Amino acid sequence: MDPHSSSDLAQPDLYVVKKKHPLAIRWFHWINFPVIFTMVWSGLLIFWANSSRPGYARVTLFGHPVFPKSFYQPSVPSWWPKWLPHDTETVNNQPKLFLYSLKYRLAEGMYWHFFFFWFFAINGLLYISYLILSGEWRKIVPQKKSLALSIKVVLHDLRILKKEPEKDGIYNHAQRLAYTGIILIGILMIISGVAIYKPTQASWLTALLGGYVMAKWIHFWATMLICAFFVVHVFQVIKTGWANFRSMITGHDIEKVAVTSNSRESEGAA
Amino acid sequence: MNPDNPENSIEPQGSSQAESGLPLAEVKKKMKSLTRRSLVWTAIAVVFADKGWKWLASRRQENGIPWPMAIALKTNEEIARDLFNEHALAKEYPKSSEEDVIDNGDIGRPESENSSPWKITVSDDNWDHDMHFTMADILSLPKVEMTTELRCIEGWSRIVSWGGCRLVDFMKAHPPSSRTSGAIDFGNFATLPEYVSITTPDDDYYVGLDVTSAIHPQTLLCYEMNGKPLEPKHGAPLRLVIPTKYGIKNIKWIGALTYTDTRPDDYWADQGYDWYAGL
Repeated sequence: MDPHSSSDLAQPDLYVVKKKHPLAIRWFHWINFPVIFTMVWSGLLIFWANSSRPGYARVTLFGHPVFPKSFYQPSVPSWWPKWLPHDTETVNNQPKLFLYSLKYRLAEGMYWHFFFFWFFAINGLLYISYLILSGEWRKIVPQKKSLALSIKVVLHDLRILKKEPEKDGIYNHAQRLAYTGIILIGILMIISGVAIYKPTQASWLTALLGGYVMAKWIHFWATMLICAFFVVHVFQVIKTGWANFRSMITGHDIEKVAVTSNSRESEGAA
Repeated sequence: MNPDNPENSIEPQGSSQAESGLPLAEVKKKMKSLTRRSLVWTAIAVVFADKGWKWLASRRQENGIPWPMAIALKTNEEIARDLFNEHALAKEYPKSSEEDVIDNGDIGRPESENSSPWKITVSDDNWDHDMHFTMADILSLPKVEMTTELRCIEGWSRIVSWGGCRLVDFMKAHPPSSRTSGAIDFGNFATLPEYVSITTPDDDYYVGLDVTSAIHPQTLLCYEMNGKPLEPKHGAPLRLVIPTKYGIKNIKWIGALTYTDTRPDDYWADQGYDWYAGL
């Protein structure tokens, strides 16, 4: 944000190294990466272990399977390049896709999943506690105008809207929605996970989510949302560039000093 | 208001750093050294995470589980037993919502179905001799019917109506030896064995239950399914139904039952699954 950059032409622009992300936030952020990776991978081992067998758990939406049968039986088509990953074994004389190696590893998936959920839960809990106690939550919590503005952000990203929508603080309003939303999805992940893990002992929780099958449905689609978040997040980070990425590692960014000291923006100080 | 909040980045807030800017080249230099330091930390973290992950995956296995995960599963079990009510009842459904159950697994299934009369052998660590029972002994106990959800560890679940006697009723009729000097008392866990082991006649399939789960009122020795006599493929003449556990504990073709104080072997736990398998 640079309100009046061209105010004083005589002076050269001055810069500072500015703190952007606290150390705690950076650790919580990066710990999430291997932890969520392990959770999704082990979750896939559980989900895929037996899904290809007839009559087994399929993800359905209003009674209709969401994915075609081939989704659960990924065998490689004949044109599949040899250098792309796939198992060396074959099924019906077709080389197997690497996804196929996820089959029949249920026990393995479960013990990773039920070990690593502790890291996910504890890291998440510390992250949320830190956000609340440090006041960092102000950076990411959506405001009343966030919904409308985030639509503008999306339109701007799609190059439909020319003017960059305003942001309050270091994040724009689409980011505010996304970063708060992903926390809520993380919480939903834990809640639906417990509802599936202990549907008798925590039966009230399972009932709250609409039963065992519904809880599994929620757990699956919350995972899909996390994966979607990941894809968009990585894409946006690449698009935004090195300085932004660097700031999540070093915590700092280079910023131009506003030369005219009497005409500052007042927003973002809420 | 949070004075440390760097969100108000445009405003100097009286801090000297924000006011005294430097030319870009100098700031870049400063940033570079900061970045170098952070990247060293990043490299350490990445190596640590990678090594740590591989270390975890390659640990000595206990029953097919690397020991750190075995500890985690055991801890989860203890936490679940402390945190939740172990006597909580599984949800029961109206009989009308019953579904056909999937026939999943024939390990331990006897080869000839109607040979000699079915025999159930009961033993106890502290007994000198085994006891033998027939289906008539089971049928003489009060019959219980319930419609519960059978949940398979593989992911599917089916609502099924079951008919049989409570395992606890059988245990009361043919009690284990008391673990204390006093008489056996099903309200006093100190007098009870810690575990019940159940196996098929050929010992090919075997499950272990903690005694709390064994004496749970919804744990049935079952001979009816969806209002009909149990089919051979579903465990006839006698199977266990325990809705507080995954399907893997619902052993079919019960041939023997043992009261014991050592954690019994369990077919799927031997293959890397959670021994407790509690829901």
